[in-house]
Amino acid sequence: MVKTSSRWTNLAFQLLAIILALGFTSLVMVLAKADPLEAYRNIVMGSVGSLNKFSDVLVAWVPLLLATSGLLVTYTAGLWNIGVEGQITLGAIFTTWALRVLQDSALSPALIILIGFISGALGGMLWASVVAFLKIYGGVNEIFGGLGMNFVATALTIWLIFGPWKRPGIGSMSGTEPFKEALWLPTFPGLRISPWSVVVGIVGIVVIYLLLQGTYFGLKLKAVGRNRRAAFLLGIPTTQYMWMAFLLCGLFAGLAGAVQVLGVYHRLIPSISSGYGFLGMLVAMLINYQPTWAAPVALFFAALNIGSIQLPIVMKLDSTLSGVLQGALVLSVLLMDGVRQRLMQRR
Amino acid sequence: MDTTLIIGIAGILASAGPIVFAAIGETIIERAGVINLSVNGAILLTAMAGFAVGVSTGSVLLGMLAGALIGALVALIVAFASITLKQSQVAVGFVLALLCRDLAYFLGNPYMGLSGPRLPHLPIPGLADIPVLGTIFFQHDLMTYMSFVLIVLAYVYIFRTRPGLMLQGIGERPAAAYVRGANVNLLRYVYTVIGGALIGLAGPMYSLSVKAGWKGTISGLDGIGWIALALTIFGGWNPLRAALGAYFFAFLQWLGLVLQPSLPNIPSQVLQVAPFPLMILTLLLVNIGNAEWVDRTLAGLPERTRHALARVLRAMRTSPPAALGMPFEKE
Repeated sequence: MVKTSSRWTNLAFQLLAIILALGFTSLVMVLAKADPLEAYRNIVMGSVGSLNKFSDVLVAWVPLLLATSGLLVTYTAGLWNIGVEGQITLGAIFTTWALRVLQDSALSPALIILIGFISGALGGMLWASVVAFLKIYGGVNEIFGGLGMNFVATALTIWLIFGPWKRPGIGSMSGTEPFKEALWLPTFPGLRISPWSVVVGIVGIVVIYLLLQGTYFGLKLKAVGRNRRAAFLLGIPTTQYMWMAFLLCGLFAGLAGAVQVLGVYHRLIPSISSGYGFLGMLVAMLINYQPTWAAPVALFFAALNIGSIQLPIVMKLDSTLSGVLQGALVLSVLLMDGVRQRLMQRR
Repeated sequence: MDTTLIIGIAGILASAGPIVFAAIGETIIERAGVINLSVNGAILLTAMAGFAVGVSTGSVLLGMLAGALIGALVALIVAFASITLKQSQVAVGFVLALLCRDLAYFLGNPYMGLSGPRLPHLPIPGLADIPVLGTIFFQHDLMTYMSFVLIVLAYVYIFRTRPGLMLQGIGERPAAAYVRGANVNLLRYVYTVIGGALIGLAGPMYSLSVKAGWKGTISGLDGIGWIALALTIFGGWNPLRAALGAYFFAFLQWLGLVLQPSLPNIPSQVLQVAPFPLMILTLLLVNIGNAEWVDRTLAGLPERTRHALARVLRAMRTSPPAALGMPFEKE
């Protein structure tokens, strides 16, 4: 009985949080002299208004879900892997690199794409291992190590696009020369989404779900995240577990970068990560770091991103409105959770 | 001395001003035991808001004031969520960093590319005419002078006054400070809000002076807040060292601009981020003394080398306030 009542209060507070976030975002729009209802309607129509739009949502969903999946591992280990953005970027760089080397070889396109995925995963792991190394052996907090590596990754991308990998003639912000179509992930006819990337995304979150909820590894990782010292005293090799968490997250982030190159842009562009790393951190916070709701919440966030793309054209509003709504949502959920706990304590 | 060099130094001092404000603001907050990760978003939001208020009212002072108020408000949310609601400070700060950034870009859209007021130059009569030193120190705007004053003021306050001692106390040993009669949580609120107001001044210092105007995502301000956070650590929670870090960072950015023409093969964006890896390296240097394996390695070395190395490490090393990020509960 007590359980169910606390479950209902939980739900009530979460609903309240959503109302608070919508209220705040509406207020912001009123400040910008825009009609909130029209904006929300545009976002809904722009994301699920047609099969085409919804397939675009899925295009954003896959890398976001992959980033979230990886982050769930580092969060479980009690690590703030802010470097996930750079890890996605390095994944994209490594995938592009592999494709550039192999595109004129005799290998079959399917094999080249597979190698592209693997190199992407390696790139993400490489960047994550720098952060892990700085954290574990240098005492540099992973937040600052990660942020620094994000900036380095961006610089590396821009240098490659304007330097060694520039288009014939002159380099430009539009990115490197697109790959030939044989090396694109095959899509559903007439749509931009590839069944293969959807498969990668779903397999990814299922693997993470099973790993965290159903294995000893997941259990021990939780112990490391809750209390590193106690876990160490209980005989868990905490250093190794932290390494594993960083490398796994890097692997998933790298795959997200590979999907961006192979299935979305077909080349390297300056903002190849599309901010999915930071957005994935928000998704993970919103689902309280539990994998169960990762897929639907990531889908909702992807829908907000895609739905707001046309706001600048239709309503002359900046498309960062989706970011405002996403941030407000996570913040009010955190605040409401705190309020709920406080009220419970009083009772 | 060469005039371009003198003007260069003066420029570095001015362009480091906002970073000095942000890093010292964060230093004060963290000294009180609270981590405020929202700095990057707060700087962008206050830069936009300060500029918008400046454009609408024509008053730079109102623009600065708006920045300070919004900065204080953002910090207040961090304080409320972490002190009163006991939520993760890192989580709330990070969300605010993203939310404020997107708010800045969304609300700042109509102000993009407008021309607005600028902080006037205020050469100090008499002092400004001193050769070399006059140009370097005494031909700035009001806020740059304030940044010089702030460094000294914050240093003296934290290390040389009784309330400053209490500030250190609530971040190091809140229980002991509580026994001494300090209202730990109230003081943490106060210092977080004060620090937030200082961070909030950094934004308009950019948009009304150092990088006048608002250009949305290409304003070049995204990332500065993270640097300010890193400088807080690099500075060992000491305003003097944090300020030195800010000047070093501004120097590196200036160097990037100066070297640009002689390195035509490197895109300007690459040189602009050059300070970031250097920042990681310095963080590594100041933190490495805290790592366990260093102690173990040192123990195995011959005595004389060990002593010398240990001294070097100790000189570089910084460690955070002991209760940083931990909520305080009486009982």
